[in-house]
Amino acid sequence: MSILEIIIITFVKILFIITAMLLTVSYSVYFERRISAWIQTRLGPNRVGWEGILQPFADVFKLLLKEDIVPEKSNKPLHTLAPFIALFVAFSTYAVIPMGPEVTIFGYKVNLVVADVNIGILYVLALTSLGVYGITFAGWSSGSKYSLLGGVRASAQMISYEVSMGFSIAGVVMMASSLSPVAIVNSQYGWMWNAIVQPIGFITFVISAFAETNRLPFDLPEAEPELVGGYHTEYSSMKFASFFLAEYANMIIASAMIVTLYLGGWQVPYIDKLGLGETLTTLIQVGAFFAKIGALIFFFIWVRWSIPRFRYDQLMNIGWKVMFPLSLLNVVWVAVVLMIFN
Amino acid sequence: MNLEIILFIVLALVAVVSSVAMITRPHPVISAVFLILNFFALSGLYLLLNAQFIAVVQVIVYAGAIMVLFLFVLMLLNTNKEDNIFKQNKALKIFAIAIAVLIFAQVAFLIFFSSPSDALNSQVAESVQSGTIQQIGTKLYTDYILPFEAAGFLLLAATIGALVLSKKKFE
Repeated sequence: MSILEIIIITFVKILFIITAMLLTVSYSVYFERRISAWIQTRLGPNRVGWEGILQPFADVFKLLLKEDIVPEKSNKPLHTLAPFIALFVAFSTYAVIPMGPEVTIFGYKVNLVVADVNIGILYVLALTSLGVYGITFAGWSSGSKYSLLGGVRASAQMISYEVSMGFSIAGVVMMASSLSPVAIVNSQYGWMWNAIVQPIGFITFVISAFAETNRLPFDLPEAEPELVGGYHTEYSSMKFASFFLAEYANMIIASAMIVTLYLGGWQVPYIDKLGLGETLTTLIQVGAFFAKIGALIFFFIWVRWSIPRFRYDQLMNIGWKVMFPLSLLNVVWVAVVLMIFN
Repeated sequence: MNLEIILFIVLALVAVVSSVAMITRPHPVISAVFLILNFFALSGLYLLLNAQFIAVVQVIVYAGAIMVLFLFVLMLLNTNKEDNIFKQNKALKIFAIAIAVLIFAQVAFLIFFSSPSDALNSQVAESVQSGTIQQIGTKLYTDYILPFEAAGFLLLAATIGALVLSKKKFE
């Protein structure tokens, strides 16, 4: 393949992913509102279009037309930069997540991932560790006490949970003996899903993912009853929407990471034994990937509307005294499994 | 000019400008922002040297963990503008200038007077060859196992020391 072909193929993939991400992010907001209404026996937004299906577009237009207020005491450059960081981090993580096996389109062999880097998992870890800057800068630059408290809480929380997240991933990396997400998905052939092989790591990773995305029960950086709106108290208009979108984009990425690392990625157990033909198999596999992500997003929303918020000291205790030892235990467990079966 | 040289010039410029901005800004939080930018330029330079692992670890450890802790402390203290320490102590200024000149001379010597055939440079060339994580892992657990374990031991001792120091009461 010439360089020009590689550039064009990558560009098409990026375009596809950005469009898909923007649409799924705004629709996950809609689904969150509808599912929360269903859980609380309300109706939810059902006026714009059929069953409120056009609600996301109405929301975006409303937010675009609103006045953008920057507080007098804020640090203006950082106040503007913070939402950009949040969105950039949320969207660029998706580059390394594989959506399907290698396929042949118009004679070109195309890997269904934007960039198959051999340190892909470390790339995701690096980017998620930067996500905290969007929130801390937003909290500090607003020049408001509520925002500052939200920002400080976010930095402490995300650092604490990154540790157990890293150790949970270590187990997966040991199983696949590779840091590339493509290789990790390939290693989970059949029913060898990491969620089944290493259940402790799966649980610690899912809980850390909730903490990293600041979703309830770990949404202390924006806890409404105590901090007004937390780090985004002083944001309005499209800058507020950027934080909002970044939160949902992070949720989708967390789901995609859980699927890739623990639920077999695009793999459907023993589908190649059925003899369905190459095209149909690939379609089912890509569909399975998105179905798994959808189920996890539903799980995220379900948890948010079922479990109350933790107190801050409880959050820190769980992070360091429960999650961290459990994730270490998982590393030992994987090592023992590898020793027995290799 | 090929792509690598263009990227090198851009990244080097970002690194130099951000480090100068970092030491000249009066506000500590803004300084921290420029330091983070500097880490990014540096990790880009590592990537150009084919050292992927070091590049990513630079971002994870320094930009992702250590700087977040720095910012955490800066925000908790909420210092507005740092007082100029040189105004309080004139002798410190001379000391600072002497150290700066010394370090600059060292760096200038390394850049302009060391020849490519030196033993140091051949080691650098070897490390450029083995930048990927597989090669680093193999090296760490075979040739460098003793220094690696010693470093781990030191870190453990430091962690225990920090725990003992932060304990309020000794029983």
